Parts: sequence; C-alpha cells; structure tokens
Amino acid sequence: MAVLVIAEHDNRRLRPATRAAIAAACRIEPRVDVLVAGHGCADVAAEAAGVAGVARVRCADAPHYEHELAENLAALVAGVAGDYGHLVAPSTTFGKNLMPRVAALLDVAQVSDVCAVESADTFVHPVYAGNALETVQCLDPVKVLTIRPTAFDAAPAADAPAPVEVLPPGPDLGLSRFVSREGTATDRPELSTARVVVSGGRGLGSAERFQARLTPLAERLGAAIGASRAAVDAGFAPNDLQVGQTGKIVAPELYVAIAISGAIQHLAGMKESRVIVAINKDPEAPIFQVADYGLVADLDDAVPELIEALGR
Amino acid sequence: MKILVPVKRVVDFNVKVRVRADGSGVELDGVKMSMNPFDEIAVEEAVRLREAGIATEVVAVSCGTAACEETLRTALALGADRAILVETDAALQPPAVAALLAALARTEQPRLVICGKQAIDDDANQTGQMLAARMGWPQATFASKLVIDGDEAVVTREVDGGLETVAVRLPAVVTTDLRLNEPRYATLPNIMKARRKPIDRSSPQALGVDVTPRLRVLKVSEPPKRRAGERVPDVATLVDRLRNEAKVI
Repeated sequence: MAVLVIAEHDNRRLRPATRAAIAAACRIEPRVDVLVAGHGCADVAAEAAGVAGVARVRCADAPHYEHELAENLAALVAGVAGDYGHLVAPSTTFGKNLMPRVAALLDVAQVSDVCAVESADTFVHPVYAGNALETVQCLDPVKVLTIRPTAFDAAPAADAPAPVEVLPPGPDLGLSRFVSREGTATDRPELSTARVVVSGGRGLGSAERFQARLTPLAERLGAAIGASRAAVDAGFAPNDLQVGQTGKIVAPELYVAIAISGAIQHLAGMKESRVIVAINKDPEAPIFQVADYGLVADLDDAVPELIEALGR
Repeated sequence: MKILVPVKRVVDFNVKVRVRADGSGVELDGVKMSMNPFDEIAVEEAVRLREAGIATEVVAVSCGTAACEETLRTALALGADRAILVETDAALQPPAVAALLAALARTEQPRLVICGKQAIDDDANQTGQMLAARMGWPQATFASKLVIDGDEAVVTREVDGGLETVAVRLPAVVTTDLRLNEPRYATLPNIMKARRKPIDRSSPQALGVDVTPRLRVLKVSEPPKRRAGERVPDVATLVDRLRNEAKVI
C-alpha cells in the first residue's frame, strides 16, 4: 500500500523534520507521496518534489490551509486516506497536533514518536520518557504514524524532481481561526536539527546570565541554544527552547549541557546525542552519568575559558 | 458553562521505571501512582475558570481500574465539583479513551473539555485531539494561556519556534502545556471535603464503547544505556578531547 507524508512547512520552505519523515516513510515503501497543504506554497511543493524517494507531490493550496490549523488539515488528509496504507508526519508540535485528529476521523490508532520501522505494521517507539522502548504491531488498515525526526537521517536530494499534482482543497470548516504568531527570532540553526546544541539550566541564575554565557558560546560553535525545563520555568529562556520529555527531542553531534543537573525528563530529550559534554559545579549532578566528558567547574570561569580555547 | 476534565492515573513522575525482565512491560507493582501532571494543570485551569465565574461546574472523569477513584478524589480535592469513573480492567489505548470521553461528552454536554497534552506513561499525546475529532469540535493543543471570549476560546499554544494564538469556537477541546498555570496543593480540609463529593460510575459496556486495543504490544525493552565517560580536569583537556578524540569540533 502507498504511503503519504504530510509536509510541515511555513509556505516558503519545507521544515527539515519533513525530510526525516520522508526518510522514515521510505523504510515502509521505497517511493512515497507527499502532501503539501498551505497557501501560496508552490515553492514548498517544488522543494518536496526534489527530495529523494518522493514519487509524487500533491499540493492543496487555499487560504484556510495557510496556518496549518488541525481541523481543516485533518479533514483534507482523512479525505485522501483511502489511497494509502500509511500516513506519516514528523512528531513536531505540527504532527502531534494533526495526526491524532486524522487517526480519530478514520477511527484508527496512531503510533507516536516512531524511532524505528521494523516492518510495514510493526514500529518501535519510546514510552516513559524514553526509559522503555515499546514495539507495537498496528492492527488497523491505515497506519497513522508520527516519527521522531532525530531517529532518521534526512532524505537527500533526488536526481530528478517528482511531479507535482494539484489536490482540490476541502472546505473551510470555520471551527478555528489563526490569531497571531510570536516567533523566537534567531539566526542560529533550528534546535531540533542542529549539529551542535548548547543548553543551559537553572544554574545560570537569571535570563541575563543565560544570554550572556550561552550566546557567545553558541555563536563560536555555530550551535542552537536549548534549555532545561527548570530554566524555562524560571523564565531564563523561552518555552520553545525546552529540551526534554515534554519539550524538544534533540540528537546533535555535540550537546553541551551547562549548569544542568540532568533530571530524567531532561535526559529523555538529549541522551541520543553523539557526544555529551557536561559542565556543572556539582560533582554529584546526574548529568555526569551520561556525559562523555564532564567538567566540574564554575560556569563563570569555564564558559569564557572554553570560548577562548575554541577560538585558538 | 460546564467543563469536563479527564484525569489519568499514572506512575508518579519521580519514579524511575524499570522494564520487566520478560519484556512484557514496565514494573508497576508497588510503584507510587499519581495524577498525570498535565491533568493537574487541566483541573487547576478549570477550577480557576469556575472561581472567576466563567465556568459553573467542573466534572472530572477517569477511565480505568477501581484504583482511579483515588485520582478522582485528588481532582475533587483540587476543586472539581463531581466526578465520573468509567471502570474497566481492560488496558486502554488513546482511541478507546477518546471514544469513552466522547460518549460522556454527548450526555454531559460540556462547553469545554480541558485535557493534559500527554500522559507521562505512554507519552502518546493523542487523546484530546482524538476526542475533538470524534465530537467534530475544534482543538487547541499545548495551551500556555486560555481566555474565554464569548463563543470562543482564545488559546496561546506552545509550538516549535515560539507561541501561536488561535481562536476556537466552543464547544472545544483544549490540552494543557506546562506553563498554563501552577496547580495548587490540596489542603487537608479540601481532601476531607472531597470524600463527600459524588463519584458516578459507568463502564465501557454502559457507554456502548468497544475498547479493544488496536495496537498489539509485542515487547517492551530497555533502551541502550549510556555510560559515564571521562571527568576532564580543565577546559584545555576538554577542548583537546573534543578536537582529537571525539573529533566533533
């Protein structure tokens, strides 16, 4: 049966997590369809058509798809679901919002946060904050999946672009409307796909110190900035920087944890990182149990020294 | 306005769960159980809306074994007016819970359902969205702010890359994120009072809902363990290791 990947985008560019979703979908079927629903999203459709493994892009362009509201989008996806055996999206806030709604419209189950595809109906996903891995067999005729983007390498570019077809938009259900969006402006890499992440915890003490210590280090390393839940709750960093069970899951090449104690729910969000560095003044901090390199030091000494040493 | 708040009994967030040696699941015997933290936030938000005169009644619901009564008593102690226990020994997956809640929503007719965004046991993050779909209602997930404005709920959502505000027509489902509020502690007098509040009982059979699981759990395993690495004495050694050993910078 065919596979459909629901693209996440901002009407200009494909979000990187979509490429990981395409790669995961290609483990089920080597060639997959991609649905691009948006408004003025022709560039996104063209970009999706250029991803390896994509057989066809179906593009639904209408004003009521501009902000990816779940009500209209889920109805559109459910409407084409009859053509497919699998519906796949990344387990970002976009996919988590959308896919359960799609599954319920089809009266089927949804598997959350798939980190491995065992076969066309069997998937592995983390539960209990990643402290257990559950292998489940999906008994429904249509398998609805969100996939963990960090568990799959992004699909590369295709040799030749796939065709883009127009999908007639569904109606505007008028159940919800977009009001506003407040972005966290940054010219640094996106947190969930960055090669290097520098994360700060409550030990930073204040929003000012969080900025003052982490920003120059992140700039030196070309890193995204993350934060522990404690740091976000304390108001040191905005909510979308939270790494952990209920925040973002990251798996960079290098994760630098500064003044983060290492609560279970934080480890759930970063323990798949290739190399973990922990800098903490408390030698007993649990973060050291998962760190490849641990440095017991005061961050006001160690971080500036690190920035200087990296520049050499 | 009546608000329905589903609450789930889960392993307490402080417990580090262990996978059973036979791979059949995680060890739950003798483990401390509590209300799912996101559901506490949902109860708190509903109670605040009632205290503000916007809601008239807060009804807590739990689906599961008889032990869920304890979770409902907690919800009542936090300020819910009454509770419903949908009692079953069956293992419930999100589609089943959503179907049970939809059956209750049809009879209770709340204007708002506030759910936790995810339960910290299965981490599924599905039930609220599934309930909204079943009812044909809009959904506002991952809420960090909720304002009732006439026939709409205006909700600020925690999304990747920042905050998004949407307006959803009532009745609607809202799911809570961490920063919506800070739940109160149940005081002793309120815990005593909660014992006298009514808990109605129902069951999947009574609600006419088939709760057969759609996902067959084949095995539960332990994730690969990370080992502690090296304690480096100073920044210079750290940079040397990152450059020459890990080759990551």
